[in-house]
Amino acid sequence: MKIVVCIKQVPDTETKVKIAADGKSLDPAGVDYVLNPYDEYAVEEAIKLKEANGSEVTILCLGTEAATKAIRTGLAMGADNAVLLKDENAAGRDWLSVAKTLAEELKALQPDLIFFGKQAMDDDSAAVGTAVAQILGLPSVANITSFALEGATATVQREVEGGIETLTATLPAIFTAHKGLNEPRYPSLKGIMSAKKKPVEEKAAAVCENGTEVVSMALPPERPPGKVIGEGVEAVEKLIDLLKNEAKVL
Amino acid sequence: MANDVLIFAEYKDGQIKRSSCEAIREGANAAQRLGGNAIALLLGSGAQAAAPATGEYGAQTALVAGDAKLDTFALEALSKVASAAIEKTQPALVLFPATTLGKELAPHVCAARGLGMATDCTGLAVEGGVVQATRPVYAGKAFVTVKFNTSPAVATLRPNVFPAGEPESGKAASVETLEVALEDTDARCTVTNLEAAGDAKQDLTEANRIVSGGRGLKGPEHFEMLEKLADELGAVVGASRAVVDAGWRPHAEQVGQTGKTVSPSLYFACAISGAIQHLAGMRSSKCIVAINKDPDAPIFKVADYGIVGDVFEVVPALTEALQNSS
Ligand SMILES: Cc1cc2nc3c(=O)[nH]c(=O)nc-3n(C[C@H](O)[C@H](O)[C@H](O)COP(=O)(O)OP(=O)(O)OC[C@H]3O[C@@H](n4cnc5c(N)ncnc54)[C@H](O)[C@@H]3O)c2cc1C
Ligand SMILES: Nc1ncnc2c1ncn2[C@@H]1O[C@H](COP(=O)(O)O)[C@@H](O)[C@H]1O
Repeated sequence: MKIVVCIKQVPDTETKVKIAADGKSLDPAGVDYVLNPYDEYAVEEAIKLKEANGSEVTILCLGTEAATKAIRTGLAMGADNAVLLKDENAAGRDWLSVAKTLAEELKALQPDLIFFGKQAMDDDSAAVGTAVAQILGLPSVANITSFALEGATATVQREVEGGIETLTATLPAIFTAHKGLNEPRYPSLKGIMSAKKKPVEEKAAAVCENGTEVVSMALPPERPPGKVIGEGVEAVEKLIDLLKNEAKVL
Repeated sequence: MANDVLIFAEYKDGQIKRSSCEAIREGANAAQRLGGNAIALLLGSGAQAAAPATGEYGAQTALVAGDAKLDTFALEALSKVASAAIEKTQPALVLFPATTLGKELAPHVCAARGLGMATDCTGLAVEGGVVQATRPVYAGKAFVTVKFNTSPAVATLRPNVFPAGEPESGKAASVETLEVALEDTDARCTVTNLEAAGDAKQDLTEANRIVSGGRGLKGPEHFEMLEKLADELGAVVGASRAVVDAGWRPHAEQVGQTGKTVSPSLYFACAISGAIQHLAGMRSSKCIVAINKDPDAPIFKVADYGIVGDVFEVVPALTEALQNSS
């Protein structure tokens, strides 16, 4: 079986956001980039399948040359090979442009199963996986927290408002991974060493139109500085009074 | 018409869901500014009965597609019908609530129609007939305003941000049916089972009050203490990632960058240190209360009201005081 995992390189979650001089993007100075945390779940699930049934796992990433770092993380976890669709202006693409470009490449790769992360932790669009499924005419389920495969039938679960849904889909199909799906492994030293030798095919990413354009970026409104109102149980009465009469939330 | 607003609305047990009421109201406001009408779209066999009430939140018309195939939440079928509704109404703006379904349906419909879409919006502006949307990026560490290269503009709206306003009782939307032929192939992924969460517990993202606990609670058994406080407040229990990863609480309760983003009017952080990833998920709460024994815990930097103290003393005392004061 052939599995493709689509991954993105994003700023580390520790990042303190500073806005660049253009007023509409992140100032990359001092930012550490990592494999998108949700994509780790996607990679892990693919590798678990590979261990169970000998699938071939390919990483697909649209990004700049620098995204090779995230790709190597996926390879070190156990993926077999990778394709980097290179675009020096990758950060300027919206989800629609990314989805169209990835779909084009996936058509050529012809996988049986495609995993995405549920959301990229930079643009937070939570859209690319489902959009690619639509473009390719494949069934898809977003936000899965469990995955089981029997023959060509995948049974998955996900949390929705008010409960847990179970769904089935016949492969080829697309799933987007949520936290809870598995525990992503840390790459072993051996994995890291062998990742360096695994093939990463680089090609120019097709240009696709954006559906939206960022006009401006702003930091969230500052919260008033925190206030400690007291210590221990003595502060309880004061808290209730403040919640009732000052914040008016009780 | 080219200045109407189409709003996808979800319902449960015949009632329009809260987040959809918010979307309808915001859609109606936008329609007014665009000089058009607000049209609600309801799908599934309960749509006909639920549809008129969308008028109470400002919809003039409700389009319904009552095919029971839509009840199993088959994404492709829902998408096909939503796309047909856009085709029929030719709106300037399409809105979805940013719920699990809304956030999955919107990109599917948009990919089919080649439309730009803004996820999880917290603001909409209409000026001179042009729509712009504001939405969080980097888990709420920044916000972007986007314009749309394609028409209609499409946005999913974050629950609990846009006011639904009071329902105008007696104002009913006029109901029209939308006929779309569905094939079996439109329902390739269907829900085969829905295991309801304990007594229809409210989802964190829709909760107005949240009591969250962190690693300082020392064990899953101590969350009973938080549940008592939550009951007293009519709140929902949340958790830090440390607690979820330890297996003390389910993933659905995690607040933060890899959990849920919440914006309740009242958020209690009990024995939570306030790591940047946790703050990303709750800093837009209207009022934050922190209880932590470490006066230097970063959570105190964002807390409107901080109490330095032991949760095992403060929380029960607070619960009791609330009981007595009500
Ligand atoms: C990629 C990534 C994503 C992440 N996503 C999230 C996320 O979505 N959500 C999230 O929450 N975290 C997330 N984290 C983890 C985050 O960095 C912190 O590790 C986590 O939030 C810590 O949880 P905590 O505050 O419960 O525990 P700790 O940091 O251990 O804090 C426990 C607190 O309890 C206090 N305490 C102890 N005993 C008592 C007592 N008796 N009374 C009062 N106070 C007491 C302590 O003073 C301390 O401040 C993420 C991390 C990474 C790397
Ligand atoms: N540039 C990219 N290259 C490869 N995969 C991507 C890219 N951008 C997004 N994805 C995938 O799509 C998921 C959702 O991204 P988004 O819709 O941007 O939140 C991510 O978790 C990745 O799996």
